[in-house]
Amino acid sequence: MSFLFHLFAALALFGGIGVVVSRNPVSSAFSMILSFIGLAALFIQLDAYLVGVLQILVYAGAIMVLFLFIIMLLDVGAEEKRRRPLVVFAGGGAVAIAFAVLVALVLSRGGTAGKTLPALAAAPEKSDVHHIGELLFGTYWLPVQIVGVLLLAATVGVVVLSKKELK
Amino acid sequence: MDLTLNHFLFVSGALFAIGLAGVLVRRNLLIIFMCLELMLAAANLTLVAFSRYHLVDGQPAYDAHVLLFFIITVAAAEVAVGLAIIVALFRTKETTDVTQVSTMKY
Repeated sequence: MSFLFHLFAALALFGGIGVVVSRNPVSSAFSMILSFIGLAALFIQLDAYLVGVLQILVYAGAIMVLFLFIIMLLDVGAEEKRRRPLVVFAGGGAVAIAFAVLVALVLSRGGTAGKTLPALAAAPEKSDVHHIGELLFGTYWLPVQIVGVLLLAATVGVVVLSKKELK
Repeated sequence: MDLTLNHFLFVSGALFAIGLAGVLVRRNLLIIFMCLELMLAAANLTLVAFSRYHLVDGQPAYDAHVLLFFIITVAAAEVAVGLAIIVALFRTKETTDVTQVSTMKY
């Protein structure tokens, strides 16, 4: 359990680092897919099976394919090696490291420190898909409708944006 | 060693920090957008970890999974619109470098 956690956490984190450091956008996108697969495995380890599958289907499948499609459509090459002021890297890195240190400090001293995950009740009679489906179409029916409208608006927006002439 | 809540929260925080660094340091608009997605996905991990920690009747809190479902849907819509904007930008400016895009019009 612990070994798998470390394996997939490392996969997610190194994938993330790959996105930031690789110069070629295509290899960035592939690192991102690796990172999302690691993240999906962590979701499944947290007993969120449907969410893990959605992460792979929607993120690693649909969204990253869209990204790759656009990268290749625009024919974005590798970023040329141009000297950038060191202050950009130092500043960006410092903000990120400060954030990570703050998170680590809060986690090690806060109320969540040392809390192990409780064991699930043995043998659930319904799968998690069953529970989520009931919630989606029962309690949360209105947000589902609103998200449907949002998707429609996004589709129309993309069509308008992709037109040759904006009037 | 048993897994604790903090294991997952720390991975989430580290992944968010990596995404943040990418947004601040990189110049390519597409990669900045990818790093934004990375930050969003990292926040999702926190949500799932807490839903697993706060059991309801011996099961994870499934409301969090529903919320995640909505977040993923909205992220997909956001990516579609964002990439369309990037393509429209590329059509007028012939670049995806954010340092080259410094004016609002033409």
